[in-house]
Amino acid sequence: MILDRLPISIIRKRFVPGRWDVLAFLLVVALFIYLAEAAHGLTQSLDRLQATPISLDPVSLIGYSARTALRMLVAMVASLLFTFSYATLAAKSRRAEMVLVPLLDILQSVPVLGFISITIVFFLSLTPGRVAGAELVAIFAIFTAQAWNMAFSFYQSLRSIPDELQDVARSLRLSPWLRFWRLEVPFGMPALIWNMMMSMSGGWFFVVASEAFSVGHTTVTLPGVGSYIALAIERRDLGAIGWAIGAMFIVILIFDQLLFRPLIASADWFRLEQETGFASSSSWVLTMLRRSQLLNLMRRSFAAVLHGGPKIRLAIAAPDERRRNSAPKWWTDVLWYGFLLLAGGFALWKIVWFVREGIDLAEVRHVVVLGLYTLLRVIVLIAVASLLWVPVGVYVGMRPRLASVVQPIAQFLSAFPANLLFPVVLSAIVLFKLSPNIWLSPLMILGTQWYILFNVIVGASALPVDLRHASENLRIRGWLWWRRVALPAVFPFYLTGAITASGGSWNASIVAEVASWGDKRLEALGLGAYIADATVAGDFRRTVLGIAVMSLFVVLLNRFFWRPLYARAERKFRLQ
Amino acid sequence: MNAVPLLDVQSVCQAFRKPDGDELVVLEGVNLTLREGEIVGLLGRSGSGKSTLLRAIAGLSPPSGGEVRYLGSPVDQPAAGISMVFQSFALFPWLTVLENVQLGLEAIGLPPAQRRKRSLQAIDLIGLDGYESAYPRELSGGMRQRVGFARALVVHPNILLMDEPFSALDVLTAETLRNDFLDLWGEGQLPIKAVLLVTHNIEEAVQMCDRLLIFSTHPGRVVSEIPIDLPKPRHALDPRFRAIVDRVYVEMTARPPGESRAGPKSERFPGTGIGTILTHVSSNLLSGMLEAVSGEPYFGKADLPAIAQALQMDADELLPVAEALQMLRFAEVEGGDIRLTEAGLQFAHEDTDERKRNFYRHLLTYVPMAAHIRRVLDERASHTAPKTRFLDELEDYMDEEAAEQTLRTCISWGRYSEAFAYDDQRQVFSLENPA
Repeated sequence: MILDRLPISIIRKRFVPGRWDVLAFLLVVALFIYLAEAAHGLTQSLDRLQATPISLDPVSLIGYSARTALRMLVAMVASLLFTFSYATLAAKSRRAEMVLVPLLDILQSVPVLGFISITIVFFLSLTPGRVAGAELVAIFAIFTAQAWNMAFSFYQSLRSIPDELQDVARSLRLSPWLRFWRLEVPFGMPALIWNMMMSMSGGWFFVVASEAFSVGHTTVTLPGVGSYIALAIERRDLGAIGWAIGAMFIVILIFDQLLFRPLIASADWFRLEQETGFASSSSWVLTMLRRSQLLNLMRRSFAAVLHGGPKIRLAIAAPDERRRNSAPKWWTDVLWYGFLLLAGGFALWKIVWFVREGIDLAEVRHVVVLGLYTLLRVIVLIAVASLLWVPVGVYVGMRPRLASVVQPIAQFLSAFPANLLFPVVLSAIVLFKLSPNIWLSPLMILGTQWYILFNVIVGASALPVDLRHASENLRIRGWLWWRRVALPAVFPFYLTGAITASGGSWNASIVAEVASWGDKRLEALGLGAYIADATVAGDFRRTVLGIAVMSLFVVLLNRFFWRPLYARAERKFRLQ
Repeated sequence: MNAVPLLDVQSVCQAFRKPDGDELVVLEGVNLTLREGEIVGLLGRSGSGKSTLLRAIAGLSPPSGGEVRYLGSPVDQPAAGISMVFQSFALFPWLTVLENVQLGLEAIGLPPAQRRKRSLQAIDLIGLDGYESAYPRELSGGMRQRVGFARALVVHPNILLMDEPFSALDVLTAETLRNDFLDLWGEGQLPIKAVLLVTHNIEEAVQMCDRLLIFSTHPGRVVSEIPIDLPKPRHALDPRFRAIVDRVYVEMTARPPGESRAGPKSERFPGTGIGTILTHVSSNLLSGMLEAVSGEPYFGKADLPAIAQALQMDADELLPVAEALQMLRFAEVEGGDIRLTEAGLQFAHEDTDERKRNFYRHLLTYVPMAAHIRRVLDERASHTAPKTRFLDELEDYMDEEAAEQTLRTCISWGRYSEAFAYDDQRQVFSLENPA
């Protein structure tokens, strides 16, 4: 015990560097150099940034990729901090839960690009004339694409910690801090890691939009893959688009190897029970982390900090613990509801004022109609994608070897920004004189259809062997097999995919309903195009109106269509 | 008896390809015939491939060698007259009881009215009426397995294959369901001609079957056949019943010549090489068994069936314990009996620390793999060694899964006796004890 407090170099009798140490050392040093360089760039002035334009030279892509990757990492760290605080607060306080959970639900349905246009002025004014402010805008946009589902997953994990484990933690009198790190975080980890991966994929889609943005007369281009792509589209450089795809592929691969594989492999330790279907994962990075003595030293010092934690008595947390067992005091409830009423009233007043200032009813009606157009597109696209991918997913999922090849490909494709395919689609539309109202639509689902595919694959491969044998033994074939066995088995999984795809398509509509390739510009009639136009024009009111209506559509769709359907599917089709 | 048997299995082999390209032989040269009117039991420990054989017969996974003939014609896909009941019930959770039962009739394209009629009959027969519209998740385990039976019977198969149908149920429920089944069978009410039952419960096998085939493990082979001609219903306390149970135990603990991979000095104590597969048995179970056998009323020597009954253990659970004790020279197993050695008797009366020392001596003397691990750790300057080192050695002798299991057993016993330590996160063996 005392040994834990000594400098680490003293504890170990011998430090024998192994081959894992060499690798670890190189990686750590490279990381430091890189971070130092990146930090230096932040203090640059915006004018100088504009003076050095983006270059389409493939070599410069290396630096751009690193910048973009760093942005995504920072956003991921921010998302984690947000998750740990927001979800914990929501799960632990009944009063906070009332507000925070519905709020999260709404935030989740606000289109990501909406956040950029609204917050841009604020962030730029934080560090006037510096790059740091623009970086914050980009990072915040990526953050909004990542944070919500992570927070939601962690909140749900916290709510589902088995009572026995909670009781143990309480009877051992763990401090809230210790309980958080020893029980709550490990318990929520497997689900959280999965959501982090989804978030990373989602983040890529918006990188293109968040690195090169313009609102009204402000135009900022941060060095990164996104700006590179934006420039390539402007210059109609197909070769550069190809290079960008390659660079993205490599960055996604590196994230997978360096970050997610070790995380997944280590999450296996947290699993309460050994579930079937999850082969024990392996990762060379994790092996390095565990075998390398150098990194072990670093890990120990980090652990020492954690151990020191319990000493910090969190005064606010202690009374909360006592309150849990006693009846809530009526007057605190009155205060709380009073506060909520006031806040709600203020918000209502603000909105009414905002609407009366410059929005007439005709405009609102117009926006709602546009929303219906986009809704129609989303529905048709989901239906088409389902018809295509459900059979494919079942076919693949029933063949484990094939599934292990297709699964990562589908995951990569879901991270693939649809913007990269705009050139092809646009040329086709112009060439064949097609209607943009119909033919721009597929772009909306380009990135999100893969969620349907890989969820169905997961569902099909989760079908127990005995059930498959039973259906073979009863000689169930053809359409009967699809109707009675395959479709019911994958249905809940399919729904999960379809819900994600639908949400993503709404988001993507802002990018997809307006497309440009060089000076050619096509626009479809829809809410996405409306928001995009309003943003470019710097029309603050119309942007807010468009975003609010879109959020409303998404929330209503979730509440009255997806959620009841999912609850039903969960009850009827879930395999025990 | 008929001239053409219902089912004829000729020298069936089943081998699976491992990821590294080697073949893992699960079944080897199995012969079996099934005639009208008999229930045949396949009895063996886990890993003896009896379920694999059942799936080959069902046409679910065709054998890699040999032939399965049903009514004279080869089976290479699920045949119309062969139904199966699964250990896990294998009911479709999204279908009601009635829909589950009807499914097989739907598959053969029976018109809806007839489907319904026949399904209701089957449901009635098996004692499920009133539950037609329930979903499987609403039923208890016993009721679920009844659905499994009804679903298998409704297609009027000639042969019913049962894969440990009662082992997922509690003792009382299993007993009831078994008796109900035997009653229906005895009264000729079931639309089937013969039954093939896979089980690892010896009492159950003797209770139900007209003939038993006993399987060896790694690879699975039929080592003996025991006919049971007791009249039914049979009573577990009947001396003739007990005699047959005894005989099954003797057969199951006997080692056929050639199976033991051991060197010259191992006629009575099997497994002296590093390549011996160790079944994982916890040290608690070992001490518990030693205590039980040394105490009243056995005083060091017990009949295996008797002790299985007293401790409520299946043969499948009991035999590995007996074998582990035999390998550690704490006991000898012979002719269906277990007899403690001097050291075993001593162990039963020692306190925790003495037991650990006793176990330590025996582990390092009689379990070559454990001794090997300890030697390597002693010799190395760092006193540590990665798990993969030993795993690779073991895989020269056995398949991956068996190697994992053998190593896990060594780890568990090594930890108990404090012969060595193991860090699962870093996957490293060491001599250092956290204490």
